[in-house]
Amino acid sequence: MPDVSEDAKLQRALYVGGVTLVVALWLLPLFAVMLTSIRSNEELMAGNYWGWPQKFSLIENYTAVFEQTAMLRFFLNSLLITVPSVIGVLILSTLTGFVLSRYPFRGSNLIFALFVGGNFLPAQIMMIPVRDLMVRLGLYDTVYALIVFHIAFQTGFATLFMRNFIAALPGELFQAARAEGASPFQVLRHVVVPLVRPALAALAILTFTFIWNDYFWAIVLTQSDAVKPVTAGLNNLRGEWTSAWNIISAATIFVALPPVVMFFLMQKHFISGLTMGAVKG
Amino acid sequence: MPRFWRRNRHWMTPALLLLPGLILFSLVILAASFETVWISLLDWDGIGAKTWVGLANYVELAEDPQFYVSLKNNIIWLLIFMLAPPIGLALALIVNQQIGGMRILKSLFFVPLVLATVTVGVVFGWVYDPTYGLLQLIFGLFGGTAPALLSDENFATFAVATAGLWPQIAFCMVLFLAGLNNLNEDLIGAGRVDGARGWRMLRHVVLPQLSQVGFIAIAVTVIGALRSFDMVAVMTTGGPYGSSTVLAYQMYEESIFSYRFGYGAAIATVLFAIMIVFIAWYLRGLIKAERSNA
Repeated sequence: MPDVSEDAKLQRALYVGGVTLVVALWLLPLFAVMLTSIRSNEELMAGNYWGWPQKFSLIENYTAVFEQTAMLRFFLNSLLITVPSVIGVLILSTLTGFVLSRYPFRGSNLIFALFVGGNFLPAQIMMIPVRDLMVRLGLYDTVYALIVFHIAFQTGFATLFMRNFIAALPGELFQAARAEGASPFQVLRHVVVPLVRPALAALAILTFTFIWNDYFWAIVLTQSDAVKPVTAGLNNLRGEWTSAWNIISAATIFVALPPVVMFFLMQKHFISGLTMGAVKG
Repeated sequence: MPRFWRRNRHWMTPALLLLPGLILFSLVILAASFETVWISLLDWDGIGAKTWVGLANYVELAEDPQFYVSLKNNIIWLLIFMLAPPIGLALALIVNQQIGGMRILKSLFFVPLVLATVTVGVVFGWVYDPTYGLLQLIFGLFGGTAPALLSDENFATFAVATAGLWPQIAFCMVLFLAGLNNLNEDLIGAGRVDGARGWRMLRHVVLPQLSQVGFIAIAVTVIGALRSFDMVAVMTTGGPYGSSTVLAYQMYEESIFSYRFGYGAAIATVLFAIMIVFIAWYLRGLIKAERSNA
């Protein structure tokens, strides 16, 4: 490993400059889409796809996305699907993680293994029965179909996450609570809930990103524009606005914004959660 | 009733707390997965009557040329995805320096990871655009013409998998950076005392300590390549002429578009059987690592 910290300032600046160049290349395609989202129609017609825009049409393009497409509706649908799902996952996995880490019983390891193993299943293996189930429950093509599915699926990963986190909490806390005669429910309320906040933060940002970005279940469980989330909506838009690249680009940036903003706000939680999730499952 | 509750609450409360999550997960995820295996033995259009056909769906699958196209494409995905761990490692090593400004650069590298696959699809559609795309721009500099990758039977899968590589590299990078954070300082110090620097330090001191995280990166990448669906659905819808389908996409197409749920279920079961081999290998590796750590 080159030990830059001991080298001269100039060398350090060169190094940062070099890495900046690599990042610029790495994000070049995304940057081009961002630029295109503020390009005017005329420039696109003239073939200025990658150059600097001569005229900025930021307001026009984004207004067009809001007024002429259903993106705002899709965006709202995504929120209506993602937020309740994340809350549901956090609640259920705190409960399952608490029980599986602190109340071992015969078969508890098997149950834990089921949660972990189910997490690896490819979506297609459960697609037909899940779709059929939602049709029979009358939930197909409503946001509830996606909410129920996402809560169920993410609970697998989240249980693994919460169980490991709660198992790593100091055991004396639990012994003391039990010595004072606290019921399991009281232990949950007064010991576990205050201590798992950092884990819940990591889990919230991770599941938010997973669910917001989901495309497969969006197209399997919904059909109409009134319930479709942004990912499926964006893909439809591409079919309808084939040559209006500036509008598509603006819509794309709009879709990407929430997870990217959340990522930059809660980066540490996101990275630690993702690493732990991959390493432990 | 209150007495019964007081006497039994020490085990009944935990059971009641566990049940909602367990029931939901078992019903929606686990039971559904088993049901698919059963459906693969039926002829079913998704609405009407189900007819038992035994292994007929699998027999048909074994003779379906499209199945072999999907299988071949899954292997291409796998091979291209294998670039993600080494590139991710290289990027992780590059940004793993204690210099001002490195933190924000590091975060920028992670961005593709939080983008939806649909977004990645749009972004790369832009790169691959045959008239004005970045690729054409580069070819144009040398006076050439870029091939229309996504509408070319020979290139479509390579182009889509390469686009999928983008977030996968970022994922591997995150894993390797976590590994680099956990390096044993003593070993680094000992290496330095022994005069190991630069390349030799990397080769003999750093890399051996990253073997576990490297294993995880490879396993996660293999599973990711086998799971690939979104990028294909968004960028080519399996075309041109079904040349870029993968198993996951073929399964979706047979079920949703052709109403052949039994046949789709058979494809899903085969995909699952292939994945189980890798998942078992992965879990075994993890358990082994955990034991040697303990």
